[in-house]
Amino acid sequence: MPRLLGIDIPGEKRIEAALPYIYGIGPTRAKLILEQAEISPDVRAKSLSDQQLNRIIQIIQENKYVIEGDLRRELQQNLKRLQAINCYRGIRHRRGLPVRGQRTGTNARTRKGPRKTVGVQRNKDAKAGKV
Amino acid sequence: MSRSLKKGPFVDDHLLVKVDKMNSANTKKPIKTWSRRSLITPDFVGHTFLVHNGKIFNSVFVTENMVGHKLGEFSPTRTFKKHGAHTEKAAAK
Repeated sequence: MPRLLGIDIPGEKRIEAALPYIYGIGPTRAKLILEQAEISPDVRAKSLSDQQLNRIIQIIQENKYVIEGDLRRELQQNLKRLQAINCYRGIRHRRGLPVRGQRTGTNARTRKGPRKTVGVQRNKDAKAGKV
Repeated sequence: MSRSLKKGPFVDDHLLVKVDKMNSANTKKPIKTWSRRSLITPDFVGHTFLVHNGKIFNSVFVTENMVGHKLGEFSPTRTFKKHGAHTEKAAAK
């Protein structure tokens, strides 16, 4: 299993399919990288020479592709920014509701998670007639 | 779809005039506005706006991070309703 940039270990797949195992590199970028590196996309990842691997790493760094931890951090920061300035999108993120104006009366399960039944939470005092 | 760059940012004129006046006079007073559609430009930073939400004016203090958003994004128009509203507040209504 070849290692790219420390952590990523794509396996016995064609290099074109193995590169997208790196977070931040999808099919499109994988193709672009291989084109630039002049490596056939059909070669198995394990059969690449060290030189070729270095070439791939070099291209990723040259093109300033934000990948792995850096990318995750960037996304987190974007979220945090929205939440810190208290704008509509930030509030929706905080509440775990859809951000882009979708309906919530039904559906929206991806954001809201599994259905949970909410009963009425009565105030203890209400029954005693204290309120 | 995002707005064409050629047009530049949209800010209601009446609001821009007020902000410019405050900036040139170097005063800071809350600006009451209904113009939720206005984009926050860098000139707005440090000012407080009272943004109408259809009912009341929410005060919005503009920081650097808010540039590029619209004023309306900071003044929610809907109240978040929860179940289990049998509290003192609800009973009072």
